[in-house]
Amino acid sequence: MDIAASSDEKVFSPPPKEKVKKIGATEIQKAAEAIHNRRKVTQKIVFTFLYIAAAINGLALFIIIFFMLKNGLSAISWTFLTDIPRDAMTKGGIFPCIIGTVYLSFGAILVSLPIGVASAIYLNEYARPGRILRIIRLGINNLAGVPSVVFGLFGLAFFVIYLKMGVSIAAGALTLGAITLPVIIGSTEEALKTVPDTYREASLALGATKWQTIWRVVLPAALPGILTGAILGLSRAAGETAPIMFTAAAFFVPEKMPSSIFSKIMALPYHIYVLATAGTEIEATRPLQYGTALVLIGLVLGMNLLAIIWRSRLRRKLK
Amino acid sequence: MAQELKMLSKHLNFYYGEAQALHDVSLDFNACEVTALIGPSGCGKSTYLRCLNRMNDLIPISRVDGKILLDEEDIYDPSVDVVMLRRRVGMVFQKPNPFPKTIFENIAYGLRVNGLRDHTSITKRVEESLKKAALWEEVKDRLHESALGLSGGQQQRLCIARALAVEPEVLLMDEPCSALDPIATQKIEELIHELKKSYTIIIVTHSMQQAARVSDKTAFFYMGKLIEVGETDTVFTRPKLRQTEDYITGRFG
Repeated sequence: MDIAASSDEKVFSPPPKEKVKKIGATEIQKAAEAIHNRRKVTQKIVFTFLYIAAAINGLALFIIIFFMLKNGLSAISWTFLTDIPRDAMTKGGIFPCIIGTVYLSFGAILVSLPIGVASAIYLNEYARPGRILRIIRLGINNLAGVPSVVFGLFGLAFFVIYLKMGVSIAAGALTLGAITLPVIIGSTEEALKTVPDTYREASLALGATKWQTIWRVVLPAALPGILTGAILGLSRAAGETAPIMFTAAAFFVPEKMPSSIFSKIMALPYHIYVLATAGTEIEATRPLQYGTALVLIGLVLGMNLLAIIWRSRLRRKLK
Repeated sequence: MAQELKMLSKHLNFYYGEAQALHDVSLDFNACEVTALIGPSGCGKSTYLRCLNRMNDLIPISRVDGKILLDEEDIYDPSVDVVMLRRRVGMVFQKPNPFPKTIFENIAYGLRVNGLRDHTSITKRVEESLKKAALWEEVKDRLHESALGLSGGQQQRLCIARALAVEPEVLLMDEPCSALDPIATQKIEELIHELKKSYTIIIVTHSMQQAARVSDKTAFFYMGKLIEVGETDTVFTRPKLRQTEDYITGRFG
């Protein structure tokens, strides 16, 4: 017993000092020591830079919100949120604009989510690689790069005039839907790619058809990612001004709720634009402009928050 | 015991694009027997297994010639519906791959996609399948919890239960224990012993000991060719060919 213990000790005792030095004095050790301080400094500089870059993002959002609150909070009141604009839009509220933006952005998602998800399923699950697929992808990528005012003119020419919808919620929602389409397709495709192939194989091996596999296994697993796309699309649609300028938005609508989907409508971003450029009292309505912007930001953040909560509940269910 | 032939391949060749992965493989599988496919990595045994339920159809550039008969019917015949075939030839994969659903739903899934609607009948079959896979006692109180919360060995038995639920005739197992610890492996092996009473089982394995323990017949693959096949006892104790002997004694592979 004693002997075993002492021999163990011998094995685990550290080697004599000079031996370590001797081993250490190799060429690579010397080289590593020579640059050691320099590479540590380099790393520190790079990491600091990365940190600053990340912090700028947070700071930008913070500054915007702070600025909006500072200038617009005074305008926010119960009347402001629930009344229609009065006295040539210098008084009263923005209730019709809030309703209009909600209608337009949800309408846009209603249009683009089914088409976008269906396209992404086709591209990711069915389409064989080849020329046609390349052309479709090229189309989608270019659609994402088209300026929003061009979409506005397209909506005017196609939905408003050619399809005789007039300047209306329907025309605006369809135009905004077209804008959000690439966002939805992109994020749905990403979501489908993250679903492991082993799920697909397991399902097919049980005698499920390809469509059953997609509908019952792949889509539920991809749903949180698809929802992320819907959130991004919704926010994008809510904030756009140019596309609704010619297709949906009215300078002023005296009623609180639109009577049909073929009514003209007021919307938050367009209202800000109108107050800031074409109103009768541009300077005097500054607080109203900021207040409207604040409501728009609040609305978008609120919708995002709801969707994020929904998404995280879905994710938990999948685990 | 008279052996009934369940499935067989005749002069099977398989190609990934230009590369030929299987050369002229002819092999018989008897009903209610376990056949082990062994051989070094890349020898084609998994590719062969995936021909038997046409899982390789999913690879766009692949091509098959030769015949595979299930109950004397050619499964590559154009008149055969691959979806119907896969219900009859079930598969358990290398890594446990339960769906991100509850334990109950994992098994009910196969029943539902095959047209079973009645809830009572589904519930009954879920229980039966879990019992067949020797998992019932461990999960009966948590059927409606996520399957992803089970241990690896339990997940693999769930996958076996899922495959059994749709009443396959042949069960393909692609290295079903390679991601499991020895205790979970032993459970699966005991299960295979039990299952072979009612199913034709074909198992790919990297473990010589496992092949020796669970199989009645062993087929040795090398470089895409079937080198030797026979009763497991014979193959392991008196292999006919030098290559087989070298592999099973661990001289290569």
